[in-house]
Amino acid sequence: MRAAETLVKAGLRPVVLDEGFKAGGQIYRQPPVPDGREPEDLYGSEAEKACALHETFERIRPNIDYRPRTLVWNVIGDSVDYYDESADVAGRLQASHLILATGATDRTLPLPGWTLPGVYSLGGAQISLKAHHSLIGQEVVFVGTGPLLYLVSLQYAKAGADVKAVVETASWSNQLRHASGLAHLPSAAVRGVGFMLSLRRMGVPIYRGAHAIRFEGESDCGLTAVSFESGGRSHRLSCIAAAMGFGVRSEWQLAELAGAQLSWSDIQQQWVPDLTDHVRASVDGLYLAGDGAGVCGADAAEVRGELAGFALLQDLGHSVDASRRQVLEKSLKKQWRARAALDRMYPVPMHLLDELADDTLVCRCEAIAAGEIRHVLVRPGAEDVNRAKAFSRAGMGRCQGRMCALNVQAIVERAKEQGPQAIGWQRTQPPIKPVPMAAMADAYVPDPEGTRE
Amino acid sequence: MMDLDRTPLQSGYDVAVIGGGTAGCSTALFLARAGLSVVLFERHQCGSQASGVNYGGVRQHGRHRAEIPLSIRARTIWDELPDLIGHDCEFDASGHVKLARTQDDMGELEAWARVARDFGLEVDLVTGNQLRDRFDYLGSSLAGASIMPQDGQANPRLVAPHFARAAERAGADVREGVDVAAAEREGTNFRIELGDGRTAFADVLVNTAGAWGYEVAASFGESVAEAPLSPNMLVTEPLPYRVKCSFGMCGGDIYARQIPRGNVIFGGGTRAITDFEKNRTRPRTSSSQLATRNLIHAMPFLAEARIIRSWSGIDGLMPDKIPVVGPSSTTAGLFHAFGFSGHGFQLGPAIGAVLGDLILDGRTDTSIEELSITRFTQDGAGVRTTSNQLNPSEQGE
Amino acid sequence: MPGRLHHLQNPLPGKTVEFLINGRKVAGREGDSLLTAILTNHKAVRQSEFGDGLRAGFCFMGACQDCWVELSDGSKVRACTTLLEEGTHVSLPELKL
Repeated sequence: MRAAETLVKAGLRPVVLDEGFKAGGQIYRQPPVPDGREPEDLYGSEAEKACALHETFERIRPNIDYRPRTLVWNVIGDSVDYYDESADVAGRLQASHLILATGATDRTLPLPGWTLPGVYSLGGAQISLKAHHSLIGQEVVFVGTGPLLYLVSLQYAKAGADVKAVVETASWSNQLRHASGLAHLPSAAVRGVGFMLSLRRMGVPIYRGAHAIRFEGESDCGLTAVSFESGGRSHRLSCIAAAMGFGVRSEWQLAELAGAQLSWSDIQQQWVPDLTDHVRASVDGLYLAGDGAGVCGADAAEVRGELAGFALLQDLGHSVDASRRQVLEKSLKKQWRARAALDRMYPVPMHLLDELADDTLVCRCEAIAAGEIRHVLVRPGAEDVNRAKAFSRAGMGRCQGRMCALNVQAIVERAKEQGPQAIGWQRTQPPIKPVPMAAMADAYVPDPEGTRE
Repeated sequence: MMDLDRTPLQSGYDVAVIGGGTAGCSTALFLARAGLSVVLFERHQCGSQASGVNYGGVRQHGRHRAEIPLSIRARTIWDELPDLIGHDCEFDASGHVKLARTQDDMGELEAWARVARDFGLEVDLVTGNQLRDRFDYLGSSLAGASIMPQDGQANPRLVAPHFARAAERAGADVREGVDVAAAEREGTNFRIELGDGRTAFADVLVNTAGAWGYEVAASFGESVAEAPLSPNMLVTEPLPYRVKCSFGMCGGDIYARQIPRGNVIFGGGTRAITDFEKNRTRPRTSSSQLATRNLIHAMPFLAEARIIRSWSGIDGLMPDKIPVVGPSSTTAGLFHAFGFSGHGFQLGPAIGAVLGDLILDGRTDTSIEELSITRFTQDGAGVRTTSNQLNPSEQGE
Repeated sequence: MPGRLHHLQNPLPGKTVEFLINGRKVAGREGDSLLTAILTNHKAVRQSEFGDGLRAGFCFMGACQDCWVELSDGSKVRACTTLLEEGTHVSLPELKL
């Protein structure tokens, strides 16, 4: 949105394709229908930022071509293939310049029972509360790592849920060891400590260094308990709902389809698009903003959006405010340093995969268990993540590896005793999300180059 | 993404195979089982091009007459996969239905059925009404179909890799991630220069280099016009299992099958986008749209389904749309099997059997004369391949 | 049958929107996603196609594709990105709870 605003200020009229019902993305998501809650209820300490963003959107709306509920499912060259959900129509736009701000989704881990009804992603739990004013359950256990874990737990506790516990995989000593990195962004540190203290005050136990985490229940009923070990003791908490999240992962599928090169990030424990000048992808005319191009958070996303707008304007021959850009770049660098500290304090607990049992489902869509993936590594013998996918179907389902690709990769890495470079990422295959066949068929436009021999 | 292959090569092999598609891997398997020392060089991974990304049709149905004997031999091997390679590759003798939109199409199918029956194949011809009685999900505008109950489908992602592993177990030296830079005759040997600077030697050379087969042929003075061909494949979300046969439309503009897991896999007659130089392909939106449109027309209930993935890969297309299989026309000890023109998946397992016959016994009972490279290399002297004027086999299917 | 999700009452809920689950009339709220509306009345949205049991959505943001539900006319929608509409009729697995 900040990118669009920057373009509008320069007199351009960008097309904004948004999968959401309303502008705001995930963090500043607006309820589809106002429900009487105030911004403070919805966004807490970030209410001012949320309001500012929503106001910006309302201001620029007459000057942009805004298309909500529109899925971009493929990008190739200067063509953008979309599916408009409201009109149930597919189509193609041509654009000389493309800014992708595709955001992030929850980072998951294949824990036993994570497909049971009642287990939700952490982001999902927050959306349920924020957008739909409902709890994922009255009694909830929060499992995962990172600041969002504490924030959502607290939001639930304040909304009246019985938050049974926060089950954090990072150890306390690890959090303390890397906390000094937050000196670059003291406000984040203060917020984080505030969440924990508030939870403590509300009587919510926080377990740290948790492992051997299991979601218990029957597949035809749903979750009944969460069990785990922490501090040398086993715990079992009865609950009908749990949320899990281990940070977030970048949604760069469209960037990859558009030709962006990816590299492995050790600190983020994920593949991220290569960037120059903070926002330029490895293809001319392609700019990447927000968490889709490496996770740095909502504040940084606003900065990156504006920088993407600047970069695009510059490529169009416009002059841009150099001092403003300098301020943005400086702020962004600070945010990246703080993010790195958070990534160190709350690393994705990939070590939990060391104890991954063969019968635990890894790919939710295709219901492929760890043992099936391990099996194809032996016969017919997969050496990388794409072959593992081809042979086992892990990552081939409706979500196209969104939920499992990094975990499949980790399983292959462990079995092959190789690093990410050797194992690779699951290549994106369009459509990045399911597209209805009727709409696809209706959108047919003859293409002489594609004709049959 | 692959380790450099650094295991030493033997000083010489009986046979070197260039290209690790199903044709190459099956050749390596049959020859290794016969006790020959075999090395196979695959630039990427076995089955990463046409063999691995195709539709998965195991079809004798509708083939060019020149291919039928090879296809019949292949069909027997498909039944034997569990014993031969230790995996069934999800082969399902589901039957194959070739649909006719018009009476003219129906006439073509009838003509083909007469040819096929000469070869001893079983073909059922059905009218439009009979067709809809049998397959209630088909669209109403079809004139009829021919059905081959013994045809079927398999998972293309599994076949070449399982042949490769079986070849290894039989003693073949399968080198994945190893590019062949050049090959030439040197005395009674073939000298094969590898992309990593090493050299391999073999008495016999097999060219199963797929879309790149023409390059190998050219280095032995056999110039053929092979073009890249990229099928444009799509798959739906899992749906209730209903379409139990594999279907193709007369003329080839749509083909579709459903696997018991529920996904409908389909493609059409139009191509994906190919960057042959960079060896990259990707689906073409217009091709995906057209295939989808044609499929909905044939199976209207699919209008409610969603596409979840699409893909492509590179096959080699010959001018007459049938492959080159058999001995070289210039060089003793060189054998070709490439240019499968979008329908080599079913044939792949038989390539090893037939080239095995030729290499071990100097002859084969499977008639492949009309697939000889001489049809391109000797002006007018080659075997004519136009004896069957019917619509050639559908690409991609 | 009790649901899984719990609608908050404060501030007062918006307008009620009636819809149907397996022919039974139930109430959702204006502004609900179909997923929220279903799960405040029912405990699951679909059977996994591969025999591993019931699913009840996961990500709420259109990413995981776990909440495709069947409507009574046989069509399907992704419940978390579909707004509840009056009279929507969903076919859901009946639970033995």
